[in-house]
Amino acid sequence: MKIRLDTVVKTFDTFRAVHGVSLDIESGELVALLGPSGSGKTTILRMVAGLEFPDGGAIYFGDENATDIEVRHRGVGFVFQHYALFPHMTVGENIAFGMKVSKTRRSATEISGRVEHLLRLVQLEGLQDRFPAQISGGQRQRVALARALAVDPKVLLLDEPFGALDANVRRDLRRWLRKIHDELGITTLFVTHDQAEALDLADRVVILDKGKIVQTGTPEEVCRAPASAFVMNFLGDANRLKVTVSGEKAQIQNVTFDAPDIADGPAELYFRPADVTWREGGHGIQATIARVIDRPDSRRVLALTVDGQSIEFDAAPEFPFRAGAHGYVDIRRPRVYPV
Amino acid sequence: MARRILPGLPLTLGITLVYVAIIVVLPLGALIFKAASLGPEDYWRIVSSERAMASYRVTLLCALAATAFNLVFGLALAWVIVRYRFPGRRFIDALVDLPFALPTAVAGIALTTLFASNGWFGAPLASIGIKVAYTPLGIIIAMAFTSLPFIVRTVQPVLEELDPALEEAGQTLGASDLEIFLRVILPQLAPALLAGLSLSFARSLGEFGAIIFIAGNQPFETEITALLAFIRLEEYDYPASAAIASVMLIAAFTMLAVTNLLQARALRYTVKG
Repeated sequence: MKIRLDTVVKTFDTFRAVHGVSLDIESGELVALLGPSGSGKTTILRMVAGLEFPDGGAIYFGDENATDIEVRHRGVGFVFQHYALFPHMTVGENIAFGMKVSKTRRSATEISGRVEHLLRLVQLEGLQDRFPAQISGGQRQRVALARALAVDPKVLLLDEPFGALDANVRRDLRRWLRKIHDELGITTLFVTHDQAEALDLADRVVILDKGKIVQTGTPEEVCRAPASAFVMNFLGDANRLKVTVSGEKAQIQNVTFDAPDIADGPAELYFRPADVTWREGGHGIQATIARVIDRPDSRRVLALTVDGQSIEFDAAPEFPFRAGAHGYVDIRRPRVYPV
Repeated sequence: MARRILPGLPLTLGITLVYVAIIVVLPLGALIFKAASLGPEDYWRIVSSERAMASYRVTLLCALAATAFNLVFGLALAWVIVRYRFPGRRFIDALVDLPFALPTAVAGIALTTLFASNGWFGAPLASIGIKVAYTPLGIIIAMAFTSLPFIVRTVQPVLEELDPALEEAGQTLGASDLEIFLRVILPQLAPALLAGLSLSFARSLGEFGAIIFIAGNQPFETEITALLAFIRLEEYDYPASAAIASVMLIAAFTMLAVTNLLQARALRYTVKG
């Protein structure tokens, strides 16, 4: 099922507003809504589900205008941030709930057959008689997914699906969710504030800031060509240096970088810590090493440029220089953004 | 004995045991002792006399009716106080405790004045043929009035703690509002509701002050068991009074035991495996 949001607006007294968001999600696509807290991503998800109604704009499911369809008739599967499993029902009863209240009458054997099938799908065979309080967080999250899938939803919506889990469980579960998505081919939209999660899982990432979309693209597109300094910063560690632009060239010390379409005047140069080479002599931005931090697979080096701007970069564990060493910083893949 | 981190066990345990012994066990023991001074035949004759049986029936049926009324009304009241924000909500919230604070005799006199055949409520009701004061209906109203806070105050905190996401989950799964109430909300309220019901029912069984003003106290018609025990006391027939009181004591104990069992059953899902 294709989903289309057409200039959707939602205003709250608080900051979680959405200001005119338009978005197309293709059938079978797995899309991440990525943004810091308060960026409106959960509000968008809830409006797609019908748990919140937009003040303006429209939401289409396929060709049908779904804006005013009630949540219970919208045919979405929703996985809540804290799973919202019914605590007084067993795992099996939780999964069967949607089928039991459905207008489509199903026989008891049909329901229990489907519950078993779903339990196999989420790899929780044999747990159907446990109560939610008796299983682990990762298991609860899979029960929540099975319960959402039980009603054959046209769209699957997940609100911070891995937010409440340990780092290891998170990684396993997101690989597993990707596998399930590929098997079922169901249009899926999920919300996260964790850029690694979005890049790891999604076909396409929608980055939001202050209730607006700031960039949409495949993980490759948003990583290689961040549309703004905000995206650059949000997607990962980034260094920022003050530069001066004149004639589409950005200059710092006596080093210049291409700055296409940037107006003359002060601007900012961004680059990733991994895109730096340290040289003892030759060409580059002059700097002094301030501190070296050891990490399992690398060294993180903190340096100060001659004019006192700080730079962080990653080097191999064999990096021989220590605090106080002078040298030159050579930058790959620089990006210049207006201030 | 293993070392403890928390101090004060011997002191607090001692105080608790002394308190329970003096305030609870001793009076109840005296009651049973007094009742036991009757022979089994006398005891049976007193507790199964026609007038006593009639009083049990009146008390029990009225208490059931009052509790049923409170179940619906108390649940609705708790629901409204927790779920909605409206002017006067805090006032209503405070008002719920009034039956606890008000001397029951005052409540009884107020209710009698209101529901007497020339009272504000009594007159219109009398004109359509419903008589409240000096009938079992009056007893029910007095019982319902004094025991309402039990239901509201036991259900309210549980209702406040209910995760709204559970109801939203029910909606996304296609359940109607009624289905969500019956299958998602009510089962989670059940233990608290049961506790409130049993307290409300126990209070209704034992209520005295509010009832005797409005009931009319006709033997066999509107005489409650507590009043019968009181009448025997007035007649200096202490053993008979104690015998009747012992029946109420047994009824109260049985009911609390049954409630505890039901509650444990309703809460079995919270037990970690």
